[in-house]
Amino acid sequence: MTASALQELHKGIWKENPVFVQVLGMCPMLAVTNSVINAIAMSLATFFVLVGSSFLVSLCKDLIPHQVRISCYIIIIATFVTVADFTLQALLPAVHKELGAFIALIVVNCIILGRQEAFASKQPVGLAVADAVGTACGFTLALVCLGSIREILGNGSLFGIGLFGPHFEPWVVMILPPGGFITLGLLLLFFNWLQETRRQRRATAQPSADEGVTAG
Amino acid sequence: MALRQLLTRNTAEPSSTRLVVTLGIAGLLSGLAIVGIYELTLSTIADNKARELREAVFKVLPGVSRFQKLVYAEGTLQPAASQASGEEFIYAGYDANGAFVGYAIAGEGPGYQDTISLLYGYKPAQRRIVGMEVLDNRETPGSGDKIQKDPEFRENFRALAVEPKIIVVKKGTKPKPNQVDAITGATVSSNSVVSILENTNRRWLNRLPPAGTEPPLAADKP
Amino acid sequence: MSELVWIFVSALLVNNFVLSYFLGLCSFFGVSGKLETAFRLGLANTFVMLITAVAAWALNTFVLVHAPYLRLISFIVVIASTVQFVEMVIKKLSPALFQALGIYLPLIATNCAILALAIFATNRGYGLLEGLVFALGAGGGGTLALVLMASLREEAELADIPSLMKGTALNLIIAGILSLAFMGFAGLFSQA
Repeated sequence: MTASALQELHKGIWKENPVFVQVLGMCPMLAVTNSVINAIAMSLATFFVLVGSSFLVSLCKDLIPHQVRISCYIIIIATFVTVADFTLQALLPAVHKELGAFIALIVVNCIILGRQEAFASKQPVGLAVADAVGTACGFTLALVCLGSIREILGNGSLFGIGLFGPHFEPWVVMILPPGGFITLGLLLLFFNWLQETRRQRRATAQPSADEGVTAG
Repeated sequence: MALRQLLTRNTAEPSSTRLVVTLGIAGLLSGLAIVGIYELTLSTIADNKARELREAVFKVLPGVSRFQKLVYAEGTLQPAASQASGEEFIYAGYDANGAFVGYAIAGEGPGYQDTISLLYGYKPAQRRIVGMEVLDNRETPGSGDKIQKDPEFRENFRALAVEPKIIVVKKGTKPKPNQVDAITGATVSSNSVVSILENTNRRWLNRLPPAGTEPPLAADKP
Repeated sequence: MSELVWIFVSALLVNNFVLSYFLGLCSFFGVSGKLETAFRLGLANTFVMLITAVAAWALNTFVLVHAPYLRLISFIVVIASTVQFVEMVIKKLSPALFQALGIYLPLIATNCAILALAIFATNRGYGLLEGLVFALGAGGGGTLALVLMASLREEAELADIPSLMKGTALNLIIAGILSLAFMGFAGLFSQA
């Protein structure tokens, strides 16, 4: 893989994480993160749709006239989502029942349309796919983070396996809607703090780094 | 002149034909992909649904090995094609010899949080409910959702008399045959389940044929 | 009749589309800065939902029985067209509102709440009347949530908040507390 492809990949996971930094795709995030298994299933479905549609959009970018590009992107995305929906329903009916309508709602996930419009439609296939993989990984990271916190606190389990024994009193609100909102809010706060301390550290470290370069 | 035309043509507005053709091709390819995956997964999904239904019916009607769908039309219950939907229907369960065992009736109604949907087994000869399974609920995890998860709650419905009326009582010892023990801390959810049973009974019990005259198992049923 | 009331009250309060089902969050956090805009977007949403409910019922009854796999795409096409239509109407009737809503008007098309409405109504087997009542409740509930959120955010602007917290983090926590409050509506319609 070329250096720039690696860069695109890495960017999606951390610096331009779709959930923590760009704050997109919140609807499915909060709805499916009441357990880690649901979070992972949703991430896989989104991964499939994002990478597949980025690949196709980049491949066909010269064939799609500018005026109808959004409609074409939506047709492509909706096709991948329908494929993912039926496949999940056939292979894992229990998970499909849990996720319910949210698989179909991937089609209006702002992340996917946003990537096509901003990136895949303007870049060669390799970079577009790398970007999609990176963004999908960032999305997965965020979902699994949120899902594990909510499941551990709200159900005392991880992947459905009990962690704390029968006397643990689960903090039920965590797997209910308010828990989702508040947990994500606190996670964002933590993320902001991380970025802030990094920025400060870089600002104070900068003068000595310059000195080092000119001296050496 | 020709060169300039060639150069400008590429940057000019694409014609409406081009737009329509592009959309048309995109739609066509998309349609093919969707129909393809649909056909591919159709039998698996149908099998999954049938299996889920069979498991639920077997849980609420112990002793049943086959069942068929009955539709209420023109004042009587008749066997229906398995694809029929929209009309009101219930299931009739039969044992290995084809003898009638009981009905499996689906009901739903508002619970504490959202709609609860359930399936219950009913034996008209004894006028008793013999099993109840909650299929779908959004009740409070840890308390309300015990209507689905707590085996003790389900025990209430193994031999529940429907006359004169199903009543919910606080958790006590030896309730009467038409009484149901509520779940501690989930009174509303327990009451909702019983309400759904009462309402569904009110709708279906007088549509059922007299005991002993139930429609027989149609020959082609699996 | 009581079933229609349950559908309406459930969508409006007990199972609010925004605060309980997590739908329509992008525009919820985007537009709830100003009370006026939030209210009008809520109304626009409700209108689009009503049309979508009717269209979904018509599609389900007449077209999709033969081709159920086309459900998702046909719903999206209908929603996108409805939003385009509403955009034109608003532009004509109130250019000021059109400016105020800005980018969020075409974004109604990607508002998951509208598509979710169509999908829920399909899964629950709602007829025409039930679909309309559902849309009214869902749109009304969304508008209610938007208006409450906007009022809270306008108040929060005047408060002294640490800079780390400002922005979406705070809005999420406010939404969480609102959601917690709305949980109190559970049991409103139970037949105890």
